[in-house]
Amino acid sequence: MTTDQGIVIIIAVLGIAGVYQFFLGKRTKAVRVTGDIDIVVDGGYTPDTIEIPSGKTTTIHFFRKDPSSCLEEVIISEFKIRRALPLSERVDVQITPEMPGAFKFSCGMGMYHGTIIVR
Amino acid sequence: MTSIKKTFAIKGMHCASCVRILEDALKTVPGVSSATVNLATEKATVDYDPASVTDKHLSSAVSNVGYQALIADEMEHEDAERTRKQKELSQLRTRVVFSLVLGILIVWGSFPGIVNTSPQFMRSFWLQLVLALPVQFWAGWSFYRAAFSSLRHRTANMDTLVALGTTVAFGYSVVVTALPQLVMRAGIEPMAYFDVSTIIIGLILLGRYFEARAKAGTSDAIRKLLGLQAKTARVVRDGREQDIAIDQVIIGDILRVRPGEKIPVDGVVTEGSSAIDESMVTGESIPVDKGPDALVIGSTINKTGSFLFRATKVGSETMLAQIVKLVQEAQGSKAPIQRLADLVSSYFVPVVIMLALATFALWYVLGPQPVLLLAILNTVAVLIIACPCAMGLATPTAIMVGTGIGAQHGILIKDAAALETAHKVRAVVFDKTGTLTEGKPRVTAVIATAGHTEDEVIRIDAIVEQSSSHPISQAIMEEAHKRNAVAPTSAGKFEAIPGNGVRGESDGKVIISGTERFMQVNGVDTAPLRADIDGLLDSGNTITIVALDGIAIGVIGIADTVKPSAHAGIAELKKLGVEVAMITGDHTRVAKAVATQLGIERFFAEVLPEDKASAVAKLQQEGKTVAMIGDGINDAPALAQADVGIAMGTGTDVAIEAADITLVNRDLRTVASAIILSRKTLRTIKLNLFWAFGYNIILIPVAMGVLYPAWGILLNPIFASVAMAASSISVVLNSLLLRKARIS
Repeated sequence: MTTDQGIVIIIAVLGIAGVYQFFLGKRTKAVRVTGDIDIVVDGGYTPDTIEIPSGKTTTIHFFRKDPSSCLEEVIISEFKIRRALPLSERVDVQITPEMPGAFKFSCGMGMYHGTIIVR
Repeated sequence: MTSIKKTFAIKGMHCASCVRILEDALKTVPGVSSATVNLATEKATVDYDPASVTDKHLSSAVSNVGYQALIADEMEHEDAERTRKQKELSQLRTRVVFSLVLGILIVWGSFPGIVNTSPQFMRSFWLQLVLALPVQFWAGWSFYRAAFSSLRHRTANMDTLVALGTTVAFGYSVVVTALPQLVMRAGIEPMAYFDVSTIIIGLILLGRYFEARAKAGTSDAIRKLLGLQAKTARVVRDGREQDIAIDQVIIGDILRVRPGEKIPVDGVVTEGSSAIDESMVTGESIPVDKGPDALVIGSTINKTGSFLFRATKVGSETMLAQIVKLVQEAQGSKAPIQRLADLVSSYFVPVVIMLALATFALWYVLGPQPVLLLAILNTVAVLIIACPCAMGLATPTAIMVGTGIGAQHGILIKDAAALETAHKVRAVVFDKTGTLTEGKPRVTAVIATAGHTEDEVIRIDAIVEQSSSHPISQAIMEEAHKRNAVAPTSAGKFEAIPGNGVRGESDGKVIISGTERFMQVNGVDTAPLRADIDGLLDSGNTITIVALDGIAIGVIGIADTVKPSAHAGIAELKKLGVEVAMITGDHTRVAKAVATQLGIERFFAEVLPEDKASAVAKLQQEGKTVAMIGDGINDAPALAQADVGIAMGTGTDVAIEAADITLVNRDLRTVASAIILSRKTLRTIKLNLFWAFGYNIILIPVAMGVLYPAWGILLNPIFASVAMAASSISVVLNSLLLRKARIS
C-alpha cells in the first residue's frame, strides 16, 4: 500500500466516523412550552423538540423560511394534521394532547423530524 | 419585513364612526402597517407582515370592537395556494430549461461520440466553465441553500446529496481547467466533467418539476370538494327573496332553490319538492326525490323543481365541511406500513454519504488506473443515484389519492390505519335493523286471543308504546293511529328494557309488551298464542306479545323491508371472498328468514345490544379480520370491537365517533367498494415501497461498482441522475394511477 492510499483510507474512515457522529449522534434538548411556541422551518425545525402539557391546548406557529419543497408540508400524524406551510407565512397549528408521550412530527416526505413531548 | 395586502368584507358597519373604530382596532394589531376601511363597500384593506399576523388576529381585532370580519374562506385560501404553486412551478421550469440548454451545449463539446461534431471553441474547458457556473450556482442554488440549512440542524436530505455530488464533479473540472498540469502529474488525462454537474442539476430539477406537478394531483380530491361549495344563497327575509353571500346564511333562514341551482347549505325542505343530484357528496348516481321534511345536503344540485328549505347547518357544520375535514384528517394520518420507510429515511442520507466515502477509498486503493478519476466519478454516482424521496413519497401519495377517491364515492375514511386494515377484512358482520333493512318496520299482523279484539290489543299496547322511541314502538303507534286506537293517556311507571320490551301501568293494570323471553321473565304464559307466534316468526316477522295483568291478550307481527341494494351488496362481498354474517336482537326464526332471503349463511340472533361486541369478538377469535357494519349509534361498542367499524351514515352527520369508515350513502354495495379501495390502495403502496426500496438496494451497489470486477460495468453519473429523477416520479405516477381504479 502506498502512502497516498494509506492517507485516503485514514481520511475516509475518519470521514465516515465524523458523518456518523455529526448526523446520527446528535442530542437535542426539549424546549418547555406553555401556551404557544414559534417553530422556524429552515433546514429542519427550530426548536425541533418541544415539551407541552397534556390536557391543554398548545398553539404552534410554524414559519417556513426554507424554499426547499421537502419542507412545504408538516405532518403531525398522531393528531391527524397535515398542513401546507407557504413560504414566509405563519401557519398556526393547535393541538390538545390527552395522553402523555412522545410524538414525532415530520416534513411531507419524512426526511426532517421533530418531537412533541407531552408531559 | 415583507408585507402583504389583504382586503376583506366587514359585517355590521352602519356609520362613518365605524370606519375610525375599525381602522384603529386593526392598526393596533402588532405587524399591521396600515388599515383602511371603506364604508361604501363595507370592506377593509390591511397591509401586514404575514410572519406575525394571521387571519385570526385580524378577525379578533374586528370582533373585539363589535363587528364581523368575513376573511378569506378555505376555498380562497386554496386558490391562493394554487397560484403560489403555479408561480413556483413556472420559476422551476425556467431553471430546468436554462440548465438543460447550457448542459446540452457542454455535452456537445465534451461527450465522447458527439464531441467531433462540435465547433472547436465549444470544446474549450474555459467556455464550458463559463456555461456551467450559472447552472451550478444559480439554477442549482436551491440545493446548496437547503443543504446548508440542513447542516445547521445536523440533518441531511436529498439536496445535501445533490449539492455534494455536483460540487465534487464541478470542483474537479475547475481544477482540470485551471491547473491541467496537476492532474497530468497524477497520470490522468485532463478532462473536465462540467457536462456531469450541469446535466445532473438539469435532470434533477426536471424530475422535481414533474414530481411537483404530479403531487398536485394527489390532493385533487380536497380541491374538488371545496370547489363544490355554493357561493351565494337566495334567502327569504321579510317576505322578500334576495341573494346573499353563503357565509351570511344563518341557521333558521328560509332559502329558495330553483331548478339547476346548488343547494347552499344543509337543511330541511319546508315547501315544494324536487329531484336532487347528490352524487358529488354521496356517490349515488341516481337523483333522489325530496319533499317536505326531507333533509337536503348543501352543495348538491337541484334538478327539476323549485323548493324552500330551512337552513339547519351552516359554515363548518355542513356535511360538505365535515367531509372535507375528515378527508384532511385522514390525509394527515400515517399508515402503519409507513413505519419502516420512515425509519430508513431518517438514517438514509448519512448512510449514503458514508457509502460514498467508502466508495472513494475502495476505488482509490483497489481500482484500476486512472484511480483518482474513477474514484471521483463513482463517488458522484453513489451520491446522485440514492433517492430517499421515493421512499418518503411511496405511502403518503397513495393514501392521499385513496382517501380522496373514497370521498368521491361516499366512503369517508377516518385515518390511514383504517384504510390499511380494511384490505385484510375476511368477515363482514351486518347489523340487521336499519342496515340490511330500511329500519322502518310496519305492523303486518295483529292476532288477539279469545275474548279480545285486534283493535283492543293495539289500543292497550299503544298506551305503553307511546312513551318509547324504538322503531318497533313507532310502527305500532302508526298502526294505532291508522286504526284510531290511541288512548288519550300514556302509561304510568313506564320502563323500557333494551332488547326486551316495555312495561307500564294504566288504570291500575300492568301492561307488558315485548319478546317471548320478556314474557317468560315476567311469568306470562304464551302457550295460547304458540301457533300464531310460530307462523309469524317463520315468515320473517318480529313479534311483540302484549300482556295485560300477566295474561297474554295478543301478538303483533312487525316486518321491516330489506334494502334494495342488500342482495347485490352481499353478493359482491362474497365475490371478494369475504364471509358475510348478520347480527340482530330479533328472534332466531326472524333472523333465519331474513338471512335465507339474502343468502347469508351465518347469523347471530337474539343478541342484546350490549352483547353485539362479543359476537364480533367471537369471529375475531377464529382468526378473521372483521368489519362490522351498523348505524354507529346503537352498535357503537360492536363497531369499536371490530377491526374495521363501518357506519352507514344517517342524516347529515358524517363524523361518527365509533366508526373507522363512514358510508355517506345507504347503498350496501359501497361496503364492497370500501374493501376494494383498501385492497387497491395497499397494492399501490406495496408496489411503491418495493420499487423505492428495490431501486436503492440494487442501484446504490451498482453505482459503487460491484458489477465492475465481473463485467466491467460502471454507472455514468448522468445516467444515475436520470434514474434518480425517474424513481420519485414513477412512485407519484403509480399512486395517481389509483384514480383510474374501478372500485364500484
